[in-house]
Amino acid sequence: MTPHGHVAISCIDLRKQFVLRHTRSLKEALVWLVKGRKGDLSKKFLALKDVSLEVKQGETVALLGLNGSGKSTLLKLISGVLQPDGGTVRTRGRVAGLIEVGAGFHHDLSGRDNVYLNGAILGMTEKQIDEMFDSIVEFSEIGEFIDTEVKFYSSGMYLRLAFSIAVHTDPEVFLIDEILAVGDEPFQRKCIAKIKELSAKGKTLFVVSHDLDLVATVCERGVLLEHGNIIMDGEVHEVVRELRRRSEHAESEGSL
Amino acid sequence: MAGEGDRLIRPGSGRGLLDVYGDRFLLKLLVRKEIKVRYRGSVLGLLWSYVKPLVQFLIYFVALGIFLNLQRGTPNYAIYLFAGIVLVNFFTESLSNATRSIVDNRDLIRKIYLPRELFPVATVWVSAAHFLPQLLVLIGACLVVGWTPSILQLAAVVLIFLMVSVLATGLGLIFGAVNVYFRDSENIVDMIVMVVTWASPVLYVWSMVQSVMGPWFWLYQLNPMTVAVEVFHWAFWEPTLRADQLSIGPIPPDLLTIWLPVAILISLVVLFLGQLTFRRLAIHFAQEL
Repeated sequence: MTPHGHVAISCIDLRKQFVLRHTRSLKEALVWLVKGRKGDLSKKFLALKDVSLEVKQGETVALLGLNGSGKSTLLKLISGVLQPDGGTVRTRGRVAGLIEVGAGFHHDLSGRDNVYLNGAILGMTEKQIDEMFDSIVEFSEIGEFIDTEVKFYSSGMYLRLAFSIAVHTDPEVFLIDEILAVGDEPFQRKCIAKIKELSAKGKTLFVVSHDLDLVATVCERGVLLEHGNIIMDGEVHEVVRELRRRSEHAESEGSL
Repeated sequence: MAGEGDRLIRPGSGRGLLDVYGDRFLLKLLVRKEIKVRYRGSVLGLLWSYVKPLVQFLIYFVALGIFLNLQRGTPNYAIYLFAGIVLVNFFTESLSNATRSIVDNRDLIRKIYLPRELFPVATVWVSAAHFLPQLLVLIGACLVVGWTPSILQLAAVVLIFLMVSVLATGLGLIFGAVNVYFRDSENIVDMIVMVVTWASPVLYVWSMVQSVMGPWFWLYQLNPMTVAVEVFHWAFWEPTLRADQLSIGPIPPDLLTIWLPVAILISLVVLFLGQLTFRRLAIHFAQEL
């Protein structure tokens, strides 16, 4: 069992700025340099402003917020895909993301090859994949199609296999982005059951989803982001209520 | 959990090429994927790795060896030509594919953290997998005309293979990383590829360059690919010559004592600089792609 109480994710004063650059040619950059760096080649946009957050091992946290509030950016900073412009992120143990499942799939390889490739991309060793292989195939309900090239899969089969690999990677910290994009309803229920099972095992879950009812059943704690700031951190139902209130407010403002 | 799992670490801060070694299972799968994918749906499959250089060789041999009659001055011109071509092909293929590797794998790099060095390194391995069959063809051809290499010459072949891999990886890291920010990088590499074939004594003999450059010949020799091609000539072509054909001096002076160590040093420096550049630029790969 993972000891409850150790810090799993620690974010201190995180700041992330995106540069919206329109140019991608060496010539324009050189002209800009020659002119003495006058003017700006780019527009800047602050996606996260001084976000501090601590998640303990075994906690289940829902990251909530409207589009553009910085949820995915925060998730990418924690997974290491992006590096912060200020502040520090630290994590304990292996972190794996169910971020856009299937990103590492190659259409011309068989399901079997993709299980190995994707498993390795998500940080599994050869031995771990060998051991998990049958369980991955079983969970995905792909059956005999496992040796067929992935490009012949239906989109449902594709997502089921990708999700199945991801949940079998067995990291300490799970980052989950939009879980409900996966498959039909029975499979969704199965996924949710699996995620609850993971949390019961003491895994740390960090979930981003727009399905508020779903996250409220999976998570205990809610964190609300707005324009790159954490504006609320507390019990998930209360945070969901606050988000609903705010989005209704935004709607009525928009209609004025 | 003990050890690593118990410490707080910063995500996304790797140790560069050292991490690639730690991830060699993934590297193996990436290389295998590339090889499988390249020849998908083709009837000849891996045979294309033989056919393409063979056609290239035939064109050069007919045009230069027979039409321009270079084979009169250079005995066993076919061996001479092919030894250079396979090596330059290995280098240019590694470099151009490594340059495109980061941009080509953008879907992965944007979403999952991996040691990004994996991609250029994998492309060099893939090129090596295409180089080996060509090397076998070359060895076969050498044996036909009576090849008697010494142990030293065989060791030199392995050394040169490693050196060119190091050089291509180093340059691939630099141009691959820069390519994320400026797609001009690909065009610069296309140019390098074009120049390399002619800047090394692949189609002509080094002594022609020496007679033109005179005291500046050392500049020509500073190019590691030139040295690599010359050592390949020494290892493959020279042992096929008869005693009476050796008079033209098959290798430049000081090739093994001075130029080979210099070339190895330059290649290692390039690899080091490549890793340095790559690490600095890799921080923002995900948002720039």
